[in-house]
Amino acid sequence: MNLSAHLGDPGIVIAAYIAAAVLFILCLGGLSGQESAKRAVWYGIAGMALAVVAAVFSPGTGHLWLIVLMLVIGAGIGTVLAKRVQMTEMPQLVAALHSFVGLAAVFIGFNTHIELAGLADLFALMSNPAQMVADPAIAANVQAHLAELAGFALKLAQKTPLELSILRVETFLGVFIGAVTFTGSVIAFGKLAGKVDGKAKKLPGGHMLNAGAAILSVILLIVYVQTASFWALALMTLLAFFIGYHLIMGIGGADMPVVVSMLNSYSGWAASAIGFSLGNDLLIVTGALVGSSGAILSYIMCKAMNRSFISVILGGFGSTSGPAMEIEGEQIAIDADGVATALNDADSVIIVPGYGMAVAQAQQAVSELTRRLRAKGKNVRFAIHPVAGRLPGHMNVLLAEAKVPYDIVLEMDEINEDFPETDVVIVIGSNDIVNPAAQEDPNSPIAGMPVLEVWKAKQVFVSKRGQGTGYSGIENPLFFKENTRMFYGDAKASIDSLNSLIG
Amino acid sequence: MKIGAPKEVLGGEARVAMTPDSALQLQKLGYECFIETGAGLAAGFSDERYKTAGVTVLDSANALWGEVDIIAKVRPPVDAEVKLLTKGKTLISFFYPAQNTELLEAAKATGSNVIAMDMVPRISRAQKMDALSSMANIAGYRAVIEAGNNFGRFFTGQVTAAGKVPPAKVLIVGAGVAGLAAIGTATSLGAITYAFDVRPEVAEQIESMGAEFVYLDFEEKAQDGAATGGYAAPSSPEFREKQLEKFRELAPEMDIVITTALIPGRDAPKLWLKDMVEAMKPGSVVVDLAAERGGNCDLTVPDQKVVSDNGVTIVGYTDFPSRMASQSSTLYSTNIRHMMADLTPGKDGQVVHNMEDDVIRGATVAFEGEITFPPPPPKVKAIAAQKPKEKAKELTPEERKAQEIAAFKAQTKTQVLLLGIGTLLLLLAGYYAPASFMSHFVVFMLSCFVGFQVIWNVSHSLHTPLMAVTNAVSGIIILGAVAQIGSTSWIIAILAALSVLISTINIVGGFLVTRRMLAMFQKS
Repeated sequence: MNLSAHLGDPGIVIAAYIAAAVLFILCLGGLSGQESAKRAVWYGIAGMALAVVAAVFSPGTGHLWLIVLMLVIGAGIGTVLAKRVQMTEMPQLVAALHSFVGLAAVFIGFNTHIELAGLADLFALMSNPAQMVADPAIAANVQAHLAELAGFALKLAQKTPLELSILRVETFLGVFIGAVTFTGSVIAFGKLAGKVDGKAKKLPGGHMLNAGAAILSVILLIVYVQTASFWALALMTLLAFFIGYHLIMGIGGADMPVVVSMLNSYSGWAASAIGFSLGNDLLIVTGALVGSSGAILSYIMCKAMNRSFISVILGGFGSTSGPAMEIEGEQIAIDADGVATALNDADSVIIVPGYGMAVAQAQQAVSELTRRLRAKGKNVRFAIHPVAGRLPGHMNVLLAEAKVPYDIVLEMDEINEDFPETDVVIVIGSNDIVNPAAQEDPNSPIAGMPVLEVWKAKQVFVSKRGQGTGYSGIENPLFFKENTRMFYGDAKASIDSLNSLIG
Repeated sequence: MKIGAPKEVLGGEARVAMTPDSALQLQKLGYECFIETGAGLAAGFSDERYKTAGVTVLDSANALWGEVDIIAKVRPPVDAEVKLLTKGKTLISFFYPAQNTELLEAAKATGSNVIAMDMVPRISRAQKMDALSSMANIAGYRAVIEAGNNFGRFFTGQVTAAGKVPPAKVLIVGAGVAGLAAIGTATSLGAITYAFDVRPEVAEQIESMGAEFVYLDFEEKAQDGAATGGYAAPSSPEFREKQLEKFRELAPEMDIVITTALIPGRDAPKLWLKDMVEAMKPGSVVVDLAAERGGNCDLTVPDQKVVSDNGVTIVGYTDFPSRMASQSSTLYSTNIRHMMADLTPGKDGQVVHNMEDDVIRGATVAFEGEITFPPPPPKVKAIAAQKPKEKAKELTPEERKAQEIAAFKAQTKTQVLLLGIGTLLLLLAGYYAPASFMSHFVVFMLSCFVGFQVIWNVSHSLHTPLMAVTNAVSGIIILGAVAQIGSTSWIIAILAALSVLISTINIVGGFLVTRRMLAMFQKS
């Protein structure tokens, strides 16, 4: 049997799609452990390769040279991006990649519309079967038209009017979600890369503007389904671009983990909506997988901040219900000598990294410190809060990059009970996630947020650039506790100076 | 300004309030240091060593008291010394103002300032000048050494060719600083150590030092260590009875008993009664660290070592720290030095007697002709108030079963409800939508379901790789572009080509960066 001759059979294509879907599920499922993940990513690559090859050889695909050209260029750019990116820049990269999916969804949606518009004459002819039967000339015309069509257009031409209406809804939704994802991700990228001011900003009118744009989009959807007008689609796209832009502009730095996972989810739903409009099950399956993955990540992040998804999206911290608790005591500074002495005396050390470590690029220094302390037989571990950093799991990746073994990097739930038995805790560039006010002060804006209970340790050192509040602008009583010493200075320089004193 | 330490006048006192090392540090604070000749001799510091450290050695006590502005001493001043105090001078020493009211009056009358090292408040910031703790630490250590000196056997158990030696059993009563130091010393010598304290919250500390906490089963509201600054408070008569009963039970087994129980401002409680001593084996040792305040043991004679009728040695020395003068002088002089550092914020050799400071205020008992004792309570509590421990209510098996059944029922209810609503919505959609849509919709719903099930299992530490890989996978949108690229319309072809390009970037970039990240995760 000549396999290549059958490559394009619809049945073979569908079989390949099913295999790809299974491989994608295995790929995501394999991420449950560090070792199985290394194998899982190959499943994903194999699935993707299978899907692309099947798509390219499926009947009606044209312009093969163009596809190959684009694949080669895209692969080149992708490889360079993946090789060059610093681990601290992962949030930006992820956001940028989301924007690509969004933009592709918009393009494909528009293509569907243009293809449909091109078939308008044909549909007009076909809309009256009685006339077709009566006038053989029209029937012949339709036949001629159909014979000319190939691939995607042919598929569209075979749809019933009801199916066409649904198709318009799907296309409209795909473009809408894609457009929101695109501008939203571009802004998220800008904020994460520091190209756009990270503070929450809103135009006058705030969320009413978003709501207005959304309502207008719904009206445009109805108009579009009725009239198939290009302008309705285009105007909605602009509105969606605006919503994406304005929504993310209104969300501040520390909420970025939620935003990025939310955009991750959107990019999935966009792919799914496009899958509906193209009638491609693999797109639907994959989009749904990605969409639910992002949704779960957003949920986990929100839970870790004890905030509802809505409140994160609406931006800013909620209003307080009363005056904040008075903070007693003073912030006492300490120098590297003092910290080094305490570390030399300690048996157990827990390091709590935060976004500040990523900003100062201190992960290598921290890893070196860990290595030196472990060489002296001390029990060194890391405590990672789910929202530490700007991306879910950001800290884990940074520490892994710096060759910190992953089995000493623990989650909040795994390590929170161990703080009372810990001699020294070093907090590097995190603030809100170690704020005792979340537990002690019911009036605090972050009251109830699960936090790392570092203050229960015998001694806490906080490496911080200077006196100041965290992203949320909340005073941190931890810094005023009697067992806390402030180790001011750039995180990298501070840890480096410790390294020279230990070992 | 000038700071100096005279020779201690009290007989047998070997400590000195300034060592050559501490003098060097004091000079860094800007002080000129003086010492009376021979003051450090008993502690092992010769005049020459002081001279090398830049300290001026003066011939007599009178010369020293006359010369310096700040006098650092160990013991409270005797009357003759108080007479040497004049207005403007500052005396730093142990003072025990509650017991020495007359002395305090006399000191006040001279117009000098007196800082009592025993009154330093017990807050974390002041730990470095907490001389009581540093002396108690030495006393605890020394108590075990004295016990060993009077005990005829090994501490540790041994199996030798000449026979088996059982390990000594040591009971420490009172787990304050001295008690904990004694526990540490006794366990490191190899003894089996037990410890008792009325404050249940110290059980953890006792166990962390390697001793076994003697648990007293008594229903009483636990003492709140925070209210008393971390010290023990008197216990109720019922509690005391129970406690003595426990000691009686332990007495025959114990080889060495070290009692350290003290309640601030009171005589030492009698905890080791005559009958307990009688119940002990001959050759056993009792060391009473509370001897100065009357002793915890009935038979204790302060400052003496006595042997009971049944051959139990009872050590009632009150000068344990002085018996290790070199060590205790080093620690005490460091405490003094820290106090001076707090008194000299400018490091310019000028004392700033800041009565707003909790620590300085607390320790100052006479200031500019006024008695400033007792001090107001410090603003910061010594120890955080103990949170009442919530005891999870023990559920009977029936209750637990009932609860589980109720939870299961509630869960079933919500699940069935959700399924019902979902089915209804699906049916509604199916009624209006064509079959072709419904088949895709079913696929969509199932994928969402599979996605939710799969993603929950993803390890938290792999969330970033998860995002990168879902990014790559969402590049699947390339399929749509590939399907459209063959269109006869050039604009469609261009848009589709662009889509292919950016989705390829997504796919390749996403997978490669995921691989790069995953390769970094290394096990130790």
